[in-house]
Amino acid sequence: MSRFKDLIFGDPTATRIVPPSGFTAALTLASAAAMAFLAVFAIALNLATGELANRWEAELAGTATVRVPPSGDIEARAEAVLVALSQTPGVVTARRVDDEEQLMLLAPWFGEGIPLDKLRLPVLIEVEETADGPDEVGLSARLDAEAPGTVYDDHSRWRLPLAEAAQRLRQLGAFALFLIGSVTAVTISLAASSALSANGQIIDVLRIVGAKDRWIASAFIRRFTVRAFVGAAIGTVAAMIAVALLPDGVEIGVLSGLGFQRSEWLWPLLVPFGAAGLAFAATWVAAARRLKEDG
Amino acid sequence: MIELKNVAMVYGEQTLFRDVALSLPAGSFHFLTGPSGAGKTTLLKLCSLEHSASSGDVALLGQSVADYNRDQIARLRRRIGVVHQESRFVDHLSVGENVMLPVAVTGGSAAAEGDLADLLSWVGLGAMVDRLPSELSGGERQRMALARAIILSPEIILADEPTGNVDWEMSLKLLDLLIELNRLGKTILCATHDLNLIRQAKSRVSSRVLRIKDGAVSLAGAGL
Repeated sequence: MSRFKDLIFGDPTATRIVPPSGFTAALTLASAAAMAFLAVFAIALNLATGELANRWEAELAGTATVRVPPSGDIEARAEAVLVALSQTPGVVTARRVDDEEQLMLLAPWFGEGIPLDKLRLPVLIEVEETADGPDEVGLSARLDAEAPGTVYDDHSRWRLPLAEAAQRLRQLGAFALFLIGSVTAVTISLAASSALSANGQIIDVLRIVGAKDRWIASAFIRRFTVRAFVGAAIGTVAAMIAVALLPDGVEIGVLSGLGFQRSEWLWPLLVPFGAAGLAFAATWVAAARRLKEDG
Repeated sequence: MIELKNVAMVYGEQTLFRDVALSLPAGSFHFLTGPSGAGKTTLLKLCSLEHSASSGDVALLGQSVADYNRDQIARLRRRIGVVHQESRFVDHLSVGENVMLPVAVTGGSAAAEGDLADLLSWVGLGAMVDRLPSELSGGERQRMALARAIILSPEIILADEPTGNVDWEMSLKLLDLLIELNRLGKTILCATHDLNLIRQAKSRVSSRVLRIKDGAVSLAGAGL
């Protein structure tokens, strides 16, 4: 633990040993900034898809639709179904969809002002279920007995593919984060290796004056960790501003409301720390390998 | 203090030297001379642990270094000050920071920082503590290298052609510093091909001359 603390908070002279500017410094800063920018959007995507999945689940779960086919005395059959539903455990409410609502449902296909009384339409009953819901097999059988051809639709046909799609999007967001992290680690590792090669003379000097490998490595680790943190902080702030400036209700494909709500704004703030952690590990590995090779 | 037993150095097919046996006691002053390419620098690098011997045993400060790991080598190097012909520095650090590097790698101490001003004055660089190495002349850089080499008060000082790139006047100043360090009890091994410098030293300090030639090291006669 103390070794770990030494690496992070140790001698500030060690940090100054590594030149403060140059190609590797610019590469680390720029790549950390770019990756952090992308990471913030990946987090936003992840949160939005998660929210979308939850919303779809919530909207479709706990409700069902009963369809009474238009045959015989449809009013009596509908009434019998409503009575049966009201007596069924697991059903909270059962309400017949009125004409106005039916007109709204049909308007996209048939336009406004359809004469409902001239069409043979099924009666639709909206059912609100308890958390456990009714015994669907038993209820379907009873409804079919009351009004043959009646269908009890618990929306699973719609709900499952939507929930699965949202879940896939969420996995995609997580994979994007993983890729961003990997690319960041590889880029910083290459930059650190390049810096170690470019500063061979400094390493020789340090060895001559009695520096241990851990001390030399810590100089490079701290410098690259700080650079990655600063770069990632710049990228994160830029991305947070960009997300904040997105218009409300912006739609990206099936997504709506890409952005952060309330405490979700804390998530992007973790990105610079994550980038610093990655830089720390990547530089440690690169430095250890390089110093061992040099002998 | 510095002891080499049957040491050989082989590069591929070429044997640079073989069966070298040396024993330099504490507080002694030795010059190492010989033609270019004879192996003076390599021998010094064996003593500063920058190279490992192909065979034989190197013992420094009473300890054989054959089985030393990297950390042990680093610790031992802190007890050996090294000045190269073209000493290298960290170019973006000031003279003061460069001289303090050995202190920094050992964890540093305020007392050592207090010594910095005295040390730089002693080598004649008192006014240059904030300059960059690139702003110094060849002689000033060599004195800075000497200051860095002795900041931790090492027991051994190895100097490889320390006057190689400076004029005669500066060579004498550097020699004065080495003689003074020897009088303080430091063991000095200085590689040089400058016979005038050796003669100057012998007139002022008890020193011996080792000659390396044709792969062997021998004690030079009084003719020098």
